[in-house]
Amino acid sequence: MSTLIRTEGLCVDLGEFVLRDADLEVAEHEYFIILGPTGAGKTVLLETIAGLYPPSTGDIWMSGQRVTDLGPDKRGIGIVYQDHVLFPHLTVRDNIIFGLRQQGSKKREASSQAQWIIDLLGISHLLERKPDTLSGGEKQKVALARALVMQPQVLLLDEPLSALDPETRENVQRELRDLHEKLQLTCIHVTHDFEEAISLGDRIAVIGDGRIVQVGTPEEIFRRPNSEFVARFALTRNIFSGEVRDGDDECAMVYVEGTPIAVVTDHRGRRQATVRPEDILLSPEPLRSSARNSFKGTITEVISKGSTVNLRVRVPPDFICLVTRRSYEDMELREGGDVYVTFKASAVHVF
Amino acid sequence: MCHEDYLPEALLPRPGRHKFKPPEGRYAMAKLKKHKFAIAFALLGLVILVFILWPLVNTVFSADAGALWDTLRDDEFIEVILRTFYTAIIATIAGVIFGVPLAYFLARHDFRGKKLVEAIIDVPIVVPHTAAGIALLFAFGSKTPLGKLFDVLHVDFVGTLAGITIAMMFVSIPFLINSAKDGFKAIDPRLENVSRTLGASRWQTFTRISLPLAWRNILSGCIMMWARGISEFGAVIILAYHPMVITTYLYEQWESFGLSASAPITVLLILLVVAIFVVFRLVALRGARA
Repeated sequence: MSTLIRTEGLCVDLGEFVLRDADLEVAEHEYFIILGPTGAGKTVLLETIAGLYPPSTGDIWMSGQRVTDLGPDKRGIGIVYQDHVLFPHLTVRDNIIFGLRQQGSKKREASSQAQWIIDLLGISHLLERKPDTLSGGEKQKVALARALVMQPQVLLLDEPLSALDPETRENVQRELRDLHEKLQLTCIHVTHDFEEAISLGDRIAVIGDGRIVQVGTPEEIFRRPNSEFVARFALTRNIFSGEVRDGDDECAMVYVEGTPIAVVTDHRGRRQATVRPEDILLSPEPLRSSARNSFKGTITEVISKGSTVNLRVRVPPDFICLVTRRSYEDMELREGGDVYVTFKASAVHVF
Repeated sequence: MCHEDYLPEALLPRPGRHKFKPPEGRYAMAKLKKHKFAIAFALLGLVILVFILWPLVNTVFSADAGALWDTLRDDEFIEVILRTFYTAIIATIAGVIFGVPLAYFLARHDFRGKKLVEAIIDVPIVVPHTAAGIALLFAFGSKTPLGKLFDVLHVDFVGTLAGITIAMMFVSIPFLINSAKDGFKAIDPRLENVSRTLGASRWQTFTRISLPLAWRNILSGCIMMWARGISEFGAVIILAYHPMVITTYLYEQWESFGLSASAPITVLLILLVVAIFVVFRLVALRGARA
């Protein structure tokens, strides 16, 4: 796959907000996610790629051409905002054909040119309505149709799912995946929701405090965060800092609050280690298994999450563990009771 | 229970909220206490309402129907009214051409000195209007550089329609600019962003998105500016006693023939301006509801 969009040392200075040294490469047909907390500058990054803000330094390249000085109307980029931003004075039809009309198409001509996307999104029954009469999901489809009818090289999505209720969100998420597949779209999708990011993204860039912190596949971000910031974002609940030393065999040992944990890493010295809650096995008795790490601990907290239960087990350190409600009840786990935590050395990620 | 710090809805500055249902029985005293604050303020406000309405209503009802009819058929009166409308419309059109782009610029850009620019735009509101007229004479009089420049184009500002127009424009332009600016400010800039990414140029975006979304504010600004132009006296009379507009004509009639001669003109003028104002409110309020 060839690179479609490349940013090079991109800096944007908007007074209260600064984005520094953003280097990104997005391949053709890729679904690229920009993940970061609210206020991290994700939207500004999108708007800069679209040409709506001039970068103070750095360059943007599209299909090998430098587009930094090109206006947003010349870049072939579509944008869909979180709250849809439909033109309130136009009907759904006129919203969708707006771009075609600006190119000089007559209304009827533009309508037939737009028919394919109207059919694809199934919104032909909405065409004569005004935006303020539509539901959130319908608005989102219209906003998508309005952008896609121009057959943009890149579709920019600014938190497209955040303003929707959970059920609609699932539908729109599926819709986005289908559209990406069917139309061979290149998407750059901005979100603060980690689960959204890993379920949609081919690759993810994590952005924080005006910088790109890590870029990788969902698997990489999920399993091997490169910093505490990313680890927290990836909902890795167990983040420890400790001293990594040589172990007695191929494994290294990280000493966290005096407890030696076997890990697989080349790092040595003061490091951070993470283990995901769902990778930890709980058992009332010591387990006979290939897992290198097994500790006895005390349950200090039980947090029910419906069908699953989060447990805090003090070894020390405290491990957050995730079990299904069924196992929780079968094992008769109780606050204050003892339990064994077991996990593989390879489940621990050191950075 | 303490209600002292609680501001009743009745006090909110919105029309149609001042109706109290007369409280009944045991609750009467409690309710009265609760609304004591509101009632006191409402009574003070009532004084102002009467103060505004009484002279106007009184004048209108004191009018003699025959005299009104005669005035309406008076060629000079009709001529003066049409001249007034015409000059105020020209002033408003000039205001749209120069003021609306400025309003858009101010709504969309932050820059050093913006507050100063906004203050300058508001200056005509605070400058006494006769003083404004004198200042315009200093700038546009036939002996001044600007006056000489316009003289080449055969435009003279003293005692002419052009003079009346610039006098009206000077004192009324802030109303249009401020209203249009509010209208543009209320438009989500991202609407314009989306338009740009869909391939529309800046001009196309302005005419297809920004203008249609702000037109109500621009229109109500125009009506305000026009009405303010029609009612201008001080600046106009300095630049042009003749030809006469409605305010100078009314003044002359009152000076020469007294109250009874000026009464029908006054009544017609009040009715006219109130009619314009009602239209303005309809436009503006419908915009607020949409």
